[in-house]
Amino acid sequence: MLEARELCKSFGKVSAVRGVSFSARDGQITGLLGPNGAGKSTTLRMLYTVLRPDDGDALIDGRSVLADPLAARRAIGVLSHGAGVYNHLTARENICYFGELHGLSRTERDTRAAELIEQLEMQAFADRQAKGFSQGQKLKTALARALVHRPKNILLDEPTNGLDVMAVRGLRKLLVQLKEAGHCVLFSSHVMQEVEQLCDEVVVISGGQVVAAGTLADIRAHGGDRLEDAFVALMSGGDEGKSGAGK
Amino acid sequence: MNLRGVWAVFRKEFRENLRDRRTLLSALVFGPVLGPILVAGLVQFSINQSEEQSDENITVAVTHADRAPNLLSYLTARGVDVVRVNLDEAGARHAVVTQTHKIILDIPEDFGARLQEGQPAPVILYSDSSRGFERRGVGRVHMLISQYGLDIAQLRFLARGIDPISVLPISVQEIDVSTPSSRSVLILNALTYIVLLSMLAGGLYLAVDATAGERERGSLEVLLTTPVPREHLIYGKISAAAAYMLISLVLTVTMFAVAMSFVGLERLGVTANLGPRAAATLIACCAPLIVFGAAYLSIVASFAKSYREAQTYLGLIITIPTLPLMFAGLLGLQAKLPLMFVPFLSQHLLMTTVVRAEPIAPAFVTVSVVSTLVYGALLMYLAGRLYRREGLLG
Repeated sequence: MLEARELCKSFGKVSAVRGVSFSARDGQITGLLGPNGAGKSTTLRMLYTVLRPDDGDALIDGRSVLADPLAARRAIGVLSHGAGVYNHLTARENICYFGELHGLSRTERDTRAAELIEQLEMQAFADRQAKGFSQGQKLKTALARALVHRPKNILLDEPTNGLDVMAVRGLRKLLVQLKEAGHCVLFSSHVMQEVEQLCDEVVVISGGQVVAAGTLADIRAHGGDRLEDAFVALMSGGDEGKSGAGK
Repeated sequence: MNLRGVWAVFRKEFRENLRDRRTLLSALVFGPVLGPILVAGLVQFSINQSEEQSDENITVAVTHADRAPNLLSYLTARGVDVVRVNLDEAGARHAVVTQTHKIILDIPEDFGARLQEGQPAPVILYSDSSRGFERRGVGRVHMLISQYGLDIAQLRFLARGIDPISVLPISVQEIDVSTPSSRSVLILNALTYIVLLSMLAGGLYLAVDATAGERERGSLEVLLTTPVPREHLIYGKISAAAAYMLISLVLTVTMFAVAMSFVGLERLGVTANLGPRAAATLIACCAPLIVFGAAYLSIVASFAKSYREAQTYLGLIITIPTLPLMFAGLLGLQAKLPLMFVPFLSQHLLMTTVVRAEPIAPAFVTVSVVSTLVYGALLMYLAGRLYRREGLLG
């Protein structure tokens, strides 16, 4: 369970996030939808404790990221933008390293790594150094790394960027599996189709504020049959006057 | 404090750096192995040169030799090989420039006449001072000619009934107290310089890769979401850089000890104290500096936005700690207690003392070790603070 409460963040004079509140429930996939520069990444980064909110708070399973960031971090698995992996370590070592940082014992992390390698079908490249990995292989490694400590909450920042169709399908399958296992999944995206296919709940962000939130049906109610039409309607509404947003 | 995170980061960084063959080669082979071999080679070369020079007779080309037969026989009797040539002024200059003759002595036409009249008789000595190896030869010829003039002067005084001793009111006696070891100062400066620099270089790549590199690759952000206190992450990285610096230090000093044992320093009248015991002392003197160096490089690299930017900074940054060494060399600084508070300089001075086989004062060692460790701890703390800032993500 993730809760954002009036999150605010400025970088110098630019206020990137201006009072964002929403919650993402367990057993659901929540999509953070918005155009480029809307504040999606900044919101996620505050949720996964890398940035400190200027104002407001975020709760991970009820634990404040401000009051107890270490406890909050134990409960989250993160796939950051770009998903950098260590080139001179093998996929397995990349996974085990994060297991170690999360405080798993040697046997725990070895079994967990083996489990994830099987689950994500990484056997073919698990023991190769990550130097020559394809985008898909890197993503799988980064995903396994994010899941090594069995986090209840999974946060992904634009996970499908730069992936081919097969890799995207694999990722979708995994997110559904996680949801069915009762995890709370939150991901950001600017791709309508993706959000439409996967999400139970959607939070639309524009200009650092939440302009709409709810189920897909709720969002579509803002205009048009398709999510895209509703999104466009929300964006143009947002430009004309932010006061009408979120109703 | 739970140091599990520090240990995990240390092991990972150490292993990752170990797998980067190219970097490993440049950090642990070029500096530590080639540096000492290069210095040893240069020393050997200069020994051979100076031996050749002192054994060799000086050859002087003399033009119009018939005008000063006594002077020439005086020179010949004192180990100067005289070659008779016939050149005008332009020809003499040209011959020196082209090195056909290295030293040319020109006897002017009125040399004999002026000498007889008791007037100063000029001779002209051509040489090229930009050629270092000939300086000694010119100096010796100059000295011999002056000596010849002095001999004539003494004879003139005697002829006039004056005691020649009375015109030499002051006589300077030089006493050289340098020990064979202390004569090796120049060599030592190069040695300590290379030891300190290649020690730093040993951890340079790791320091850059673990900070600026990690950020550039995009893995830093995920690393910061693990439940390890941020300062522990940087402590682990600094420790790994320090480990490579230690390896580099041990290798460099060992290589120096080995390489210098092949150089015939004693032929120069110089002995350098570089046995296994001295080598171990050198390593012990420098070891406290490792924490300081690793933290220093990591901090600088943390400020860089990219790998390339970090490399640009560090090329310059790595030379800054060694600046006091250059001053020490120029000013001829001796080990003093206040200087023991200066990192790098104190290590340089201690190393120099050890290699000169002079006794080291325990107080000096204590101050150097303790102050350097304190600076290192302060820098570690600073690095930890830096990693707590979110500006770190760029």
